[in-house]
Amino acid sequence: MKTEDWLKNNTFHHSVFWDLLKLVKEKEKQKLTISLCIPTLNEEKTIGKEIILFKSELMHRYPLLDEIAVIDSGSRDRTCETAASYGADVYLANEILPELGDRKGKGENLWKAIYQLKGDIIVYIDADIKNIHPRFVYGLVAPLLYNQKTQYVKAFYDRPLAFSQGVRPSGGGRVTEILIRPLFSLFMPELTAIVQPLSGEYAVRREVLEALSFPIGYGVETAHIIDVYNKWGIEAFAQTDLDQRRHRNQETRDLGKMSFGILQIFFQRLQTLGMISEISQIAPVLHQFQAQDKAYERISYTIKEEERPPMIEVPAYRKLRGLDK
Amino acid sequence: MMPDKDEILSSLPAYRDAIKELREPLLANLVMVSEIPAPTFQEAERVRFLQDRFIESGLQNISTDEVGNAVGILPGKEGADRNIIVHANVDTPHPKEADHTVNVDPDCLVGLSTGFNSLGLATLITLPMLLEHLGLELQSNLVLLGTVRSIGRGDLAGLRFFLDNTTLPILAGVPVEGMQLGSQSYRAIGMVRGEITCHVPEEYNWNRFGAAGAINALNEVINAINAIPLPSRPRVSIVFGSIEGGTPFARVATDAALRLDIRSESGGLADWVRQRVRDICAEVSAITGAEVTVDFFARRQPGGIQFSDYLARWGREILEALGIEPRVAPSFSSISAFSDRDIPALRLAITRGETLKNNKERLEIAPMFSGLAQLLGVLLAIDAGYRDED
Repeated sequence: MKTEDWLKNNTFHHSVFWDLLKLVKEKEKQKLTISLCIPTLNEEKTIGKEIILFKSELMHRYPLLDEIAVIDSGSRDRTCETAASYGADVYLANEILPELGDRKGKGENLWKAIYQLKGDIIVYIDADIKNIHPRFVYGLVAPLLYNQKTQYVKAFYDRPLAFSQGVRPSGGGRVTEILIRPLFSLFMPELTAIVQPLSGEYAVRREVLEALSFPIGYGVETAHIIDVYNKWGIEAFAQTDLDQRRHRNQETRDLGKMSFGILQIFFQRLQTLGMISEISQIAPVLHQFQAQDKAYERISYTIKEEERPPMIEVPAYRKLRGLDK
Repeated sequence: MMPDKDEILSSLPAYRDAIKELREPLLANLVMVSEIPAPTFQEAERVRFLQDRFIESGLQNISTDEVGNAVGILPGKEGADRNIIVHANVDTPHPKEADHTVNVDPDCLVGLSTGFNSLGLATLITLPMLLEHLGLELQSNLVLLGTVRSIGRGDLAGLRFFLDNTTLPILAGVPVEGMQLGSQSYRAIGMVRGEITCHVPEEYNWNRFGAAGAINALNEVINAINAIPLPSRPRVSIVFGSIEGGTPFARVATDAALRLDIRSESGGLADWVRQRVRDICAEVSAITGAEVTVDFFARRQPGGIQFSDYLARWGREILEALGIEPRVAPSFSSISAFSDRDIPALRLAITRGETLKNNKERLEIAPMFSGLAQLLGVLLAIDAGYRDED
């Protein structure tokens, strides 16, 4: 499929899916269940609104969702309390598959959600979205319901960054534009058509999710894109414009850490795919510098992108889903 | 069969408990309404949202009128002869580009115009679901009305238009606002609202005695207004709402503006003060050479029902049955539009809250259930027709 054709046929605006009644009927016709997973870590300011809107609009008013779950990494604020008070199922990541240990990272929560949640489709939505709206879910689910070939639907936005003097009209996705798209351009040009490969909102069929390995840190979205692309091709993807997404802006220093984790995953995938020859041992230590008075100080962070295996290979999961019968 | 008075009052605590089960739909409606900007004269997007909700609730006669109001009717058992208007303002004083994001905490919501008046609108669109949930069916039709052009220069144009043009016989009006729960209004205060502007032209003679710019001229106006002798009865007050003018330091201001309300229990007295303000502006203009103009763009006549009227009495008793101390507050808004047309009206507020320094409003969630039970009580009382017995 040509990139232009893919862009034309697989890129949507959420407004084309406005008819929620039709969407619910389609879901019922296909006898599918849909779970929403919200990975959290200290998100008390935004989690309440997300739960209220999704529960009211997409469970009660239009029963598109069968389950709303928060998978928490050990919040120290009132995230879990707030989510539970508004009716979400709240799970602590370290209590899911405890025999496999506990890793810290968003990818860990996403991976464990596959075990914990019941849906045939899982929708992942970040918890830090200030202007949350039901479109964040139905805009991602609809391409899966209307096209059986679609496996993985990504969100994209006109991302404003919050500033003290109001909201700047656009300009987010710095890591995408500085790191990811140049890398895709070099190695996998078809993937450059995915407008925001790092967006934290996507909907995926269970068969696909359970076959993917999960980096537990910053590289999870990048790994997914590459792995789905190599296994199912570009036609497995769709993307939906969800208009604006207001969220906390990250410091450049934090984006450096994110890029460091993503680069590790990217190099590892290139090696696996034979696209680059073996590179010598990579030290998983990121060095950043800060000035203090007239001296410069080096700060080093160890960021090692560990990966969880495909869930389909986990015996407890196979048992839970009855896959060995 | 109509419920008797004691039956209505004694049911209210149970209604309040049952309403809690609809917390999420109510809050979702509140969040979604609040996050749609609706400055006066630009309310179309909010009106569309209201209409969508009316459609989803199965209301009848869903429409917008010439000025852009949203209306839908929940039919009662008796049909067209008995109609109760439940009304809330659609517009807000905040510009489109302001941050309308709402934050939801376990016990409160914070956002622009959540209290005034998104909660009123959320109440309007949740009401059909609420009645259904409680198994309540009224004899009267409920006319759910979201009115545009209400505040500032809108001057209640939407509500006035609807009341002037509807052919429905109206039993009573129930304007619903966000806060403060416990306050009820049934009488309108006479009000004249205007804006005074001072402009110093480019060719201004700065050598003229007393020449000091637009802010000084406006200050002269304010001093003179404050010196107007006002009687203690009937009561009258002049409220300076906002003031703006000038640019940075060290530059003489060429423009300044003051927005004010003249409020009075007597329409004639408000008019007298208005004329005095006009005279003052003309006088300061002549003395300072600045162009001082005044534009009175909104006017409301005093009126409404009496303290002893059935509706006012019911309002107090309903609050007391819910354990809330009633506070009677004069209305500066929609009550006058109803009273001008001899329609009894009782303004209710749904919850407690406060306006924060950043202009956002913080609304408490828990009192909302009492506020909604109060609304149900008032609707049942009007529907039961106790006025006829008075």
